[in-house]
Amino acid sequence: MAENTHCLSFERPIYELEARIQKLEILSAQKPEARNEVRQLRRELTDLKKRIYSQLNPWETVEVARHPERPMTTDYLELVFDEFVELHGDKTFGDDRAIRTGWAKLDTYKVMVIGHQKGRTLKERNSCFFGCAHPEGYRKAMAKMKMAAKFHMPVICLIDTPGAYPGIGAEERGQAQVIASSMFEMSRLPTPIICVVISEGGSGGALGIGVGDRVAMLEHAYYSVISPEGCAGILWKSHTYKEQAAKALKMTSKDLLRLAVVDDVIREPLGGAHRDHHLMANRLKIFFRNSLRELIEQPIDQLLEARYQKFRNMGVFLEGGVQPLESANGEASVQSSHRIPADAALS
Amino acid sequence: MTHNLPDANSWKNVMNRPKRGVPEGLWMRCPGCEATIFRKEAEKRLGVCPECDYHWYVSARKRIQQLFDEGTFEEWDADLEPTDPLEFVDKAPYSQKLKDEQKRTGLKDAALSGTGMIRARRVAFSVTDSAFIMGSMGSVVGEKLTRCIERATQQHLPLIIVSGSGGGARMHEGMLSLMQMAKVSAALARFDTAGGLFISVLTNPTMGGVAASFASLGDVIFAEPKALIGFAGPRTIKATIRIELPKGFQTSEFLLEHGFVDRIVHRCDLQSEIACTIDYCGK
Repeated sequence: MAENTHCLSFERPIYELEARIQKLEILSAQKPEARNEVRQLRRELTDLKKRIYSQLNPWETVEVARHPERPMTTDYLELVFDEFVELHGDKTFGDDRAIRTGWAKLDTYKVMVIGHQKGRTLKERNSCFFGCAHPEGYRKAMAKMKMAAKFHMPVICLIDTPGAYPGIGAEERGQAQVIASSMFEMSRLPTPIICVVISEGGSGGALGIGVGDRVAMLEHAYYSVISPEGCAGILWKSHTYKEQAAKALKMTSKDLLRLAVVDDVIREPLGGAHRDHHLMANRLKIFFRNSLRELIEQPIDQLLEARYQKFRNMGVFLEGGVQPLESANGEASVQSSHRIPADAALS
Repeated sequence: MTHNLPDANSWKNVMNRPKRGVPEGLWMRCPGCEATIFRKEAEKRLGVCPECDYHWYVSARKRIQQLFDEGTFEEWDADLEPTDPLEFVDKAPYSQKLKDEQKRTGLKDAALSGTGMIRARRVAFSVTDSAFIMGSMGSVVGEKLTRCIERATQQHLPLIIVSGSGGGARMHEGMLSLMQMAKVSAALARFDTAGGLFISVLTNPTMGGVAASFASLGDVIFAEPKALIGFAGPRTIKATIRIELPKGFQTSEFLLEHGFVDRIVHRCDLQSEIACTIDYCGK
């Protein structure tokens, strides 16, 4: 990897080993006996990545999810889909660059893609408010989804936002109201909806395009009711407790699969999605293909009923002192029918 | 002007003297205009300041008393209780916090629901109490509201939800709380498809995940005067954009001006306005 790449603190041993391998490789061009050592070190590198990435703590997961080189919506639009035709504007106020919407092709499927865009360069980041959408963004998403339903197109939502934008204009134009009606409409939209949290799933801003028949997340993404910093600020009265907050909020893919908040977790390439955009996109594509195949066959009434029941059963509480069966999904074994086999994803 | 300032010692004596005067709780100070108000007078006006019309906090039980015809209210799902699915611990465990709040407020969680008559019209009703962990929505609030909405759908009843929540989705139950927003909204979508009338009443404060779900989904939205209503908290907004917020930002009047509220309704008129709306919609 290049020298100027963004290195997270716990990734340092990986980068150091990579640098050593690189040096040895140059050397091995002249000294063939160094090749064995290179091979040995490569094996060590794989083990090291496996070890580090299988033991990430929740806060480190948040750092990976926010990694600046992590693939974002526009990357997936290019790598997963054969074509993307962007459709702009909410036809009421403006065109929010924090949410991209448009038609796309995936194999033979014509789909509507809705995705948060954070931006890669500073200029782009500023123009799309670091992925924090305004009401016009959600209004645009809702309008395009309704159009998709009209023309029998499934909807794919890529979620990647720190949260909906907190600002004067956003409040004046009804941030709360648009997020509410977005969930309201998505819950009864008569077409299949697949949602994937690709990096950051920040609260209402994420859920605003997050009600679907399948809700999945990438392995090192996070999905939370509030940012760990925000939670630490409120409950611990100091942002320095963000690591404790991240742990307490149970926001990692593993926890959320256990709580049945997400249906599926899509495995990332070794060492995180930022190390191999192509492989990540490939796995995502396989997930979309499998889910679309399953969902498209279902009659709409059945699909909507299942979507309703899926969200209806979320929540854990006691009734008359005991936990009723339907709310006992906390520890329920989540048997996903369409887990991607690891080898299939590699093809 | 010349004052004969008493020396420090004599002041100390004055301060240390035992307090005399009216018994505790007979008078109260209005948080709106700081005026001292005779408590009985305020209660007669349903907790509205006679001086400045400031609408004080009323508890969920009191709200039911104020709105329903006497003796007609029948509570639903009173045996739902919160638990601690994430084993959440901040400065203290969530399970302990729940016990403390239950003891302090006399409620099991932040919502009550049921049915009864408002001016002789039967309705399905829910209310959130902003005193219980900021009136935040966790699994119990979500479940109670959803069941209430589903019953209203089955029994073809008009639905009234009075919301008061400074917290939005409850952090202590993590994503399960956030998902309640989707759950309640989906139930409301079915109610809407079935042709039901939903009147949402916003009270001070209605923020975050509560504002961004059921509270904003009414066919008719009423707000009590001068309530704080919005998505992001004023402090969060200030920290993000680093400029002073305009006066009256995120109040009921601000929302009325920007088109997100149908009517601002004085607490004393709430009963009659609800009855009137039900009659117009022929429910």
